[in-house]
Amino acid sequence: MTPNLKLSQQTTPAKRDGARDWTKIVLISGVVFYLALVLLLPTIYVFIGAFSNGFRGFVASLTSRDFTQALRLTVLAVAVAVPLNIVFGLCAAWVIARRRFPGRTLLLSIIDLPFSISPIVGGLMLVSLYGRNGVLGPLLQSWDIRIIFTFPGIALATILGGMPFVAREVIPVLEEIGTEEEEAAKTLGASGWQTFWRVTLPSIRWGLFYGVILTTARAMGEFGAIAVVSSNIIGRTQTLTLYVDGAYRNYDSQGAFAASVVLACLAALTLLLKEILERRIATPRSRKAE
Amino acid sequence: MTASTSSRSASFPAFGRWLSRISFPWVVTIAHLSIVLLLPIAALFLRSFSVSPPEFWRIATSPVALSTYNITFTTALVAAAINCVAGTLTAWVLVRYDFPFKRVLDAVIDLPFALPTAVAGITLATVYSQTGWVGSFFAPFGIRISFTRLGVAVAMVFISVPFVVRTVQPVLQELDVALEEAAWSLGASKWQTFWRVLLPPIIPAILTGTTQAFARAVGEFGSVVLVAANIPFQDLIAPVLVFQRIEQNDMAGATVIATVLLLISLGLLIAINLFQAWGQRYSDA
Repeated sequence: MTPNLKLSQQTTPAKRDGARDWTKIVLISGVVFYLALVLLLPTIYVFIGAFSNGFRGFVASLTSRDFTQALRLTVLAVAVAVPLNIVFGLCAAWVIARRRFPGRTLLLSIIDLPFSISPIVGGLMLVSLYGRNGVLGPLLQSWDIRIIFTFPGIALATILGGMPFVAREVIPVLEEIGTEEEEAAKTLGASGWQTFWRVTLPSIRWGLFYGVILTTARAMGEFGAIAVVSSNIIGRTQTLTLYVDGAYRNYDSQGAFAASVVLACLAALTLLLKEILERRIATPRSRKAE
Repeated sequence: MTASTSSRSASFPAFGRWLSRISFPWVVTIAHLSIVLLLPIAALFLRSFSVSPPEFWRIATSPVALSTYNITFTTALVAAAINCVAGTLTAWVLVRYDFPFKRVLDAVIDLPFALPTAVAGITLATVYSQTGWVGSFFAPFGIRISFTRLGVAVAMVFISVPFVVRTVQPVLQELDVALEEAAWSLGASKWQTFWRVLLPPIIPAILTGTTQAFARAVGEFGSVVLVAANIPFQDLIAPVLVFQRIEQNDMAGATVIATVLLLISLGLLIAINLFQAWGQRYSDA
């Protein structure tokens, strides 16, 4: 790109160059202004709002029992949902990248579905199946299992939102690395598991890690679906995002922003890890290009 | 499908053999999809079938429901249109220009994916309120943003920023600068170069991104419910209406409107896939 730019600067007259610079400045400042207005200012305000009652208020909010309980529940939901989504994502990616079967594109679209289903509709879907008046309601009741309004419901809602990410990131990597190494391992006598752990996993690790970050971020922030399936009892079935919502509605905006700071810091960490990973993934490819 | 039906009619051991041939990844994929996604979708449809068709039609086309579809779609369309233009420009700036803090700006684009929607909702409501950082600039002109339809639009723009940028960016990156220079050297004006050379190959990407942004905005709940006043006929959107129906324990009403929304998202998903296939054809050619 740089040599091309230099070339055009040499060949085009100085007057045109000036016009080009002008467009560049206008476009860059326009984009910066837009992103600042829509994304940056609101995000920065999260940190300001959290300290509106001073540092002591911030600490008090973060040490309240309701907050720590909500944090615990969110961590628990993430701890259940993310590993299940990783196993699913790896299996689905393998099926799609390594097998040819009718309906392959359909399966790919089905995996993508949670991206376009409204979280509220997703929550209601779970209630229609697992709720007391749901399709499986009588069966679950006879076994004395309650899912909706309890932790399993929250876990299911968390799984649903973050489902597509791992498969989405791993499929292209699996397709790119091909099957040669796996077949070599197999002819040398490796079992299916050995091939997976020693050959496949090391080559897909960055793509997998990327997907894990995305699905974790989504799991932490899940709100709509959980709002439907959770009874939202403070201290019992209230996750961090429900806590933010509840505190804000109860005019405890400082408390809501204090909890938001925790979530925003996790979001910032997510972006940082993403950035590092993107460079990692990009380097071998650009080296190959050279 | 055919294998399972024929073996069931023939003999049971054959079915068992067929079952044992299915590998572990298949079992996990199908089980996970069924438990979390497919069976719940089927259950929602089943529930909505238990409402009689005239009743279904009455609930789905009640004045409140119609007004929420209207508000949801027009506002999401406006948000998608804003992101269509702004997102394409952002992708252009990020690919073609070098400036300080470019990497930071590039990373910031993904914020809406990482920041929980509830957090986005409360901070947008505050910043765009009449006394907030941005809202106070509009207040003197009598323009209120938070707790109105404008607030809904701002929330929808916020959550859908990354889609257009992230679909157009890689296509622009692949585009050869030499192509533009060739057009220039052949005497094309700046506008001609833009319309005839630059735009055609990125149109599928722009459409894919815009439709994704629109689909996301239509389904959005967390940020909108906190930014809007959620008053029917004013700024109540369809997902929030479903939530209110659930809270009022009107499950039939919630199910019917949710079914309508689900069918619309399925339609949008098909549209996105078609646009993507179109883009694929472009890159193959």
